[in-house]
Amino acid sequence: MPAAVRLERVAKRYGDHLAVDDLSLEIEAGRFVTLLGPSGSGKTTLLMMMAGFVQPTSGAIYAGDRDITRVPPEHREFGMVFQGYALFPNMTVAENIGFALRIRKMERDAVAREVNRMLDTVRLTSLGARLPRELSGGQQQRVALARALIFNPKVLLLDEPLSALDKKLRAGLQEELRDLHQRLGTTFIFVTHDQDEALSMSDEIVIINRGHIVQRGSPKELYDRPASHFVADFLGRSNFVDGTIAAIEDDAIVCSIGPHRFRQAAARGTPIGGVGDKVVLGLRPEKLALSGTEPADTSNRLRGEVIKATYEGADYHVRLATDIGSMQVVVPVWRSAIEPAAGAHVWLSWTSDASVILRDDR
Amino acid sequence: MSGDDRTARVYWLLLAAPVFLLAFLYLYPLSKVLWLSVTVPTPGFGNFAKLYTSDAIRHIVWTTARLSAITTFISLLLGYGIAYAVLHVRQRHAELLLFFVLLSFWLSVLIRAFAWLTLLQNRGLVNTLLLDWGLIDAPLTLVRNEFGVVLGMVHYMIPFAVLPLYANMKGIDPRLVPAARGLGATPGEAFFKVYLPMSVPGLVSAGILVFVFSLGFYVTPALLGGGKTIMIAEYIAVQITDTLNWGLGTMLATSLLLTVFGLLAVMSFFVDLRKVFGVK
Repeated sequence: MPAAVRLERVAKRYGDHLAVDDLSLEIEAGRFVTLLGPSGSGKTTLLMMMAGFVQPTSGAIYAGDRDITRVPPEHREFGMVFQGYALFPNMTVAENIGFALRIRKMERDAVAREVNRMLDTVRLTSLGARLPRELSGGQQQRVALARALIFNPKVLLLDEPLSALDKKLRAGLQEELRDLHQRLGTTFIFVTHDQDEALSMSDEIVIINRGHIVQRGSPKELYDRPASHFVADFLGRSNFVDGTIAAIEDDAIVCSIGPHRFRQAAARGTPIGGVGDKVVLGLRPEKLALSGTEPADTSNRLRGEVIKATYEGADYHVRLATDIGSMQVVVPVWRSAIEPAAGAHVWLSWTSDASVILRDDR
Repeated sequence: MSGDDRTARVYWLLLAAPVFLLAFLYLYPLSKVLWLSVTVPTPGFGNFAKLYTSDAIRHIVWTTARLSAITTFISLLLGYGIAYAVLHVRQRHAELLLFFVLLSFWLSVLIRAFAWLTLLQNRGLVNTLLLDWGLIDAPLTLVRNEFGVVLGMVHYMIPFAVLPLYANMKGIDPRLVPAARGLGATPGEAFFKVYLPMSVPGLVSAGILVFVFSLGFYVTPALLGGGKTIMIAEYIAVQITDTLNWGLGTMLATSLLLTVFGLLAVMSFFVDLRKVFGVK
């Protein structure tokens, strides 16, 4: 089956600035794919090129087998949800949702039927006669979705659709979006700078920085096995320690950092050269453990002094001073062997599969 | 005495001078005009009857209404294009465009009328060029007729059309047109189905402003009409300064005033007038 959307060596230049730089990407039909990156990374430009609002400087864009590089947006048959929704303020909810069908000269009765079906789908059944401004943010969001989906587009493009909503509402809508995606089977291409959103919703995340794809994969792959410093830093939090590769064994790589030697299980795709190479070791705060006495069963351990410990209900957030630098640790309260307090001397340890060796792209 | 009271007193004091000026230099003469219109030459509504009985006056009222309507229509058309362009070109170009729109505020209306006169008269620049190029055999009558009057009025009114339209269009979400196109609308459909309806309040505001100004416009029609195309303001001036027919002059002035109020009253059903005049 051909990809729902395929970008072939696409670039976009604004004056001296390369917003998207020779980027190729295939998006499989039916998936929920998130383009994730900091602001200015080029992710929105990328989406706007797929939608047809921005012309690529070079390269080609395909929908299935069809070359749509020069096709205007109205003939691409993609649904699009804009940041801030862009609902037509002078039309009722029903008129907004029916817009695409009226443009396609569908009969009035048929439009009304489809609009009602769509209103049910997004659970706004009785609100068709209202004006957009009379709805809450979450309801407006659902109108925007219904309006973009009513003509059964194969691909739905979403430009930071949840960024205007408060946190609680956002969680609810994330679930609804996932649900809608599963029911309709439409390909969703979702742009966001919010890593939590990306992790919880996507089948696949494409991380974009400075107009390039940095890494792509399932949320779990990206979180557990980030390939570079940028990815580890952008997705979740991490401690970063500079070190050198001291030895490569069958099942493990040994890193030397200061006076210490840490073992990391040899994992597929770890970007290392050979012994003596400089690397960055990434350590997720929640994969570290604290204990009052020296742990016996793990190979990676070092002493530290608690600088600051914050109780956050479910977790302790602890900042440690160690001889390889300051380390951030998150330990669940119910499982913590000790009650960390500033000034306490503790042991910090982690298993050999907790760390990850990163390409340094700082 | 509390501080609030003292502040209030200062405000009243600041207002005293303009209130005094308005009362004696504006409201008093205005009421005098209203009064004269029903008392001179004889008490009663004899002057107002002439609106129906006198062919000359009916002709002038009709000319005024017609030219004002044409001026309003053309000004809105051109103003819409300019306002749209200001919002859709690059920032630097937009600033330059707005500068040129506002520039005409600084040029005296008198100077502009004379400039048009110089350009458009029989031996003016336009006719000379057209004759030299052999495009015409005899000079075109471009001025001292309705064409000249409308041209001069449109030139004067364009900023008054552009500014309310610009203010209105600035409030239109720039993503609405892309949203419409994403839903399958061609650029034309997106404009007529989404953008134009959203800019109707701006068109109404600009339309009222230009039409009301046009109705009472004096200098430009007087100069470019050259005594042949006469609008009501010029006619009133003639009655009062030349023929000393105060009754007729004040009657027409009063009628003009009432017409404007009437128009505003009708429009207030459709738009919030406080927004039109920028009070809100």
